[in-house]
Amino acid sequence: MTFIGNKSDLRVVGTRPVRPDGVDKVTGRAVFGADAIMSGQITGKVLRSPHAHARIVSIDASKALKLAGVKAVITAADLPNIASEEAFVGEGPMNFRDLSLNCMARGKALYEGHAVAAVAAMTDAIADAALALIDVKYEVLPHVIDVEEAMAPGAPILHDDLFTAGETPKPTKPSNVAKKVRFTIGDVEAGFKAADVIIERRYTTAPVHQAYIEPHACVAAWAADGQCTVISSSQGHFMIRSYCAKLLGIEISNIRVVPAEIGGGFGGKTLVYLEPLALALSKKAGRPVKMVMTREDVFRATGPTSGAAIEMKVGATKDGKITAAQAVMKYQAGAFPGSPINPGLMCAFAMYDLANVDVLGYDVVSNRPKVAAYRAPGAPMASFAAESTIDDLALKLGMDPIELRMKNAAKQGSKTAYGVTHGVIGYEEVLQAAKAHPHWSAPLGKNQGRGFATGFWFNIGGESTGAVFVNEDGTVNVVSGSPDIGGSRASMVMMAAEVLGIDVEKCRAVIPDTSSVGFTNVTGGSRVTYATGMAVTQAAQAVVEDLKKRAAMIWDISPEAVEWKDGEAVPAGANAGGFDPLPLAAIAMKSAKTGGPIGSEVSVNAQGAGPGFGAHICDIEVDPETGHATILRYTAVQDVGRAIHPGYVEGQIQGGAAQGIGWALNEEYIYNKKGLMDNAGFLDYRIPVASDLPMIEAVMVEVPNTRHPFGVRGVGEVPIVPPMAAVGNAIRGAIGIRMEHLPMSPPRIRAAIDGAKMPKAAE
Amino acid sequence: MPSLNYVAPTTVADAVKILAGASGPTRVMSGGTDLLVQLRTGRLKPELIIDTKKIPGIIGITQNADGGFTIGAATSGALLGEHTALGAAYPGVVEAANLIGSTQVQGRASLAGNLCNASPAADSVPAVIAAGGTVTIAGPNGTRTAAVESIVTGPGKTSLAKGEFITAFHLPPIKGRTGDAYLRFIPRTEMDIAVVGCGVSVTLDASGTITAAKISLGAVAPTQVLVDPACIIGSKLDDAALARLDAAAQAMCKPIDDKRGTIEFRTKVAGVLARRTAAIAVARAGGR
Ligand SMILES: Cc1cc2nc3c(=O)[nH]c(=O)nc-3n(C[C@H](O)[C@H](O)[C@H](O)COP(=O)(O)OP(=O)(O)OC[C@H]3O[C@@H](n4cnc5c(N)ncnc54)[C@H](O)[C@@H]3O)c2cc1C
Repeated sequence: MTFIGNKSDLRVVGTRPVRPDGVDKVTGRAVFGADAIMSGQITGKVLRSPHAHARIVSIDASKALKLAGVKAVITAADLPNIASEEAFVGEGPMNFRDLSLNCMARGKALYEGHAVAAVAAMTDAIADAALALIDVKYEVLPHVIDVEEAMAPGAPILHDDLFTAGETPKPTKPSNVAKKVRFTIGDVEAGFKAADVIIERRYTTAPVHQAYIEPHACVAAWAADGQCTVISSSQGHFMIRSYCAKLLGIEISNIRVVPAEIGGGFGGKTLVYLEPLALALSKKAGRPVKMVMTREDVFRATGPTSGAAIEMKVGATKDGKITAAQAVMKYQAGAFPGSPINPGLMCAFAMYDLANVDVLGYDVVSNRPKVAAYRAPGAPMASFAAESTIDDLALKLGMDPIELRMKNAAKQGSKTAYGVTHGVIGYEEVLQAAKAHPHWSAPLGKNQGRGFATGFWFNIGGESTGAVFVNEDGTVNVVSGSPDIGGSRASMVMMAAEVLGIDVEKCRAVIPDTSSVGFTNVTGGSRVTYATGMAVTQAAQAVVEDLKKRAAMIWDISPEAVEWKDGEAVPAGANAGGFDPLPLAAIAMKSAKTGGPIGSEVSVNAQGAGPGFGAHICDIEVDPETGHATILRYTAVQDVGRAIHPGYVEGQIQGGAAQGIGWALNEEYIYNKKGLMDNAGFLDYRIPVASDLPMIEAVMVEVPNTRHPFGVRGVGEVPIVPPMAAVGNAIRGAIGIRMEHLPMSPPRIRAAIDGAKMPKAAE
Repeated sequence: MPSLNYVAPTTVADAVKILAGASGPTRVMSGGTDLLVQLRTGRLKPELIIDTKKIPGIIGITQNADGGFTIGAATSGALLGEHTALGAAYPGVVEAANLIGSTQVQGRASLAGNLCNASPAADSVPAVIAAGGTVTIAGPNGTRTAAVESIVTGPGKTSLAKGEFITAFHLPPIKGRTGDAYLRFIPRTEMDIAVVGCGVSVTLDASGTITAAKISLGAVAPTQVLVDPACIIGSKLDDAALARLDAAAQAMCKPIDDKRGTIEFRTKVAGVLARRTAAIAVARAGGR
């Protein structure tokens, strides 16, 4: 793959054209999941468990089925009882059986909101009435919500067949600890002996929801001949297809999934909840079935990411060289195994070049919704703990926090605890840019503090398909299999236009259904601009080669004698002949005479996604009487490789920072004694509102990733990693107290100031 | 299937007749910003909604000959915010009403709805109580007047009898050097429900000494509570008076631990807000 990364050569990449999906979205014309309609559709609704943990003794739907207008009722008995099997379909590992059981409880309801039955009816009101008529007998079981309580001896056990993996000898008793995992490099004991100062702390973080604005929604049809069609909003229509096929036992060629516009996902739409139910209902009802979650459903039954309990210990010499870092991390997985504990362990210290690291993690189930990926899954909690501890280390050493990090910065060749050696990375460049930014040296007032924190995320590549088709008038269709969540359609057409040498307005981005483009992994892991962008770039390059051949044919010279410049074929030199340039449109017009339609579809399994690093600076003022923290100024520096569309890269950085600030200050699940969520809505699950945030300044550092034709690194996840520690460090600066629990809500800050006991949080 | 009927009478008498005659669960509606949300979540299942907004005078603000104000029960927050004379006389009432919700909600949300929804956290209620507000209530036996603090009897409960509804709010004429203010504490900066709210109105003499005061707290007990103003009357709100006010406010708190705040936090913040709100009210009255 040729690297086209020389910035001065770029015409389109690095500019800020209007996004292709923009007008539809601001005029309300965009068709999101809930807007999709199939002719003859009826309504599907889910009956959810009112208990945190309960045996389902019986389900009697006879009354519901007698209600006029009810067309079908399903329970787990209507779905295949599939065997345990590891899946790599969405983001991170998943077990098909667990996902099936998460879509519809079988035998036991494992959390409040767990689906136990579903109905299809002619209207919403009939469906609601039918749900009320389904008689479910429960035997309520003791429940456990908190991660450490779930690990404690005597805790209620969720799964009789769950034995801790990674434990030797193999346990004989079931446990809520699904997995124990450890990464080690060097010798931490020796490292701590060599340390002059050691900081040791314990942190807890609350589970937080991705809080996408669009609730899950789909419409699905199971036709009499077994052909299935699904329209849904997700982070991967191929993912929807794979899961529906597996969970319902359908051959893949019999399912076609059409991507709707998506109103946010942040990782939370990389798995299925409704689609298999809608299909199963449709099969029984003989009509397309539309299902739309309410916001309460979204909170009670989907997402979030793990809450965590983390113990951390870091030692350093007097001159600031970190000699050892150690952590024990316990991550909540929700009702089924699969917390992002591995990436958490890996990311905690990946910013540093450390000889001695030992990180131990636990993946723990409890009676809460199954966690789903959330932007840099696992990294933000780990980084909150690590970067808070490093900040205390700087304080104790009397060192500038950026200096301390410079001194220990990972660079090309640094070996991580999980075994990977860093390639070309931009951590040092990011630190330098932060240090040089005027924000770092601006004065602070009374009750104000400044926090600094950094973060790491791997980014991934993977399987993608992109295609470029030249139309007969010289316009171009750019097709890919990646649902566009963060403006990727803009980046796709920009990369194609750059290669083709034409205006970006001449390129149209299309994301067709699963039967109309090659397989593509989910939009997740910050992979789309990297991997799908690579496929599109290669397809455009193949088209350019073809265009050169066509010109050669028209001119009757050898293809080697043709060059492609600024969207035109030109003779390679004087020897090639004196022909007038042939623009793309002229070649396209004659395509029938030169071999037929012009286009190329390329599928890749992209490797070499460059990791990303970010450094955030946050100024906060704390009202010491109320504990209210106001973010005064926020600067987020990030190595973005190469920004294809800088506006959308800035948007990613700002959005990640905003979500991280919410995670830091106010977001949490509040459970009552029965294990039921008390705040399943945006009124009391407090994500930041616009007036809570200052303008977040995004500073892009460009250390190109040489494995991508334009130097792209993923940018979407890194920015959510540093904020919690940046906020916590700023609060420490303002009040002189280290906050060890997230969220750092006003009652907690006020209690910390009063030196009182921390108010008992929900968890 | 349950059914829901909607009527919009054009006179107070008709409204009272329908309300008093209704047999099933019935709700009066002003802006609907509480009612419609409760309908949607299924918390309320009324069979009849009586929309008051078609009754002449139920929306609008008049300054009376004595300088006091009559505010139609369904007057929106936005209208209150645009009324210059009202804003000059009762800035605390107006800012409290304008804190409710967002721009969209402000176009509908009314004082009557905020009061009769009977949430302990309602923003306008402590401010209207502190300002000495009264309401006119229409009912089967004619109309009566009541102090605002007598309406809410518990969360979701009012003292209105069957067939009664509020037609108007009254704010007394401003006497001498009087100022009012309202502050609330929320974890965010907007679109949130008060963890503590505090309305204060004070009257000063020529020397700046407080001669009269009314202090009302919200969200710290099942209903709005009054703090005995003796702790600041006779003072110029010096530090000692502020400390007394802080303690008196805390003493009146009987809050609950819930998703919006702990008992301890609510109690402390009530003291903080009482001090801060009183200071603003005194400054507005021309003191300190
Ligand atoms: C997004 C949002 C944000 C909000 N934010 C806030 C906030 O910050 N602070 C706050 O305090 N509230 C808030 N609210 C709640 C609500 O907007 C206020 O309580 C508002 O003042 C209610 O007024 P309304 O006219 O819409 O009442 P309605 O919904 O019409 O009525 C509310 C209740 O009062 C009764 N009622 C109405 N009019 C009369 C009458 N004339 N006589 C007798 N009973 C009557 C109704 O039957 C009903 O029970 C918010 C609501 C929403 C949707």
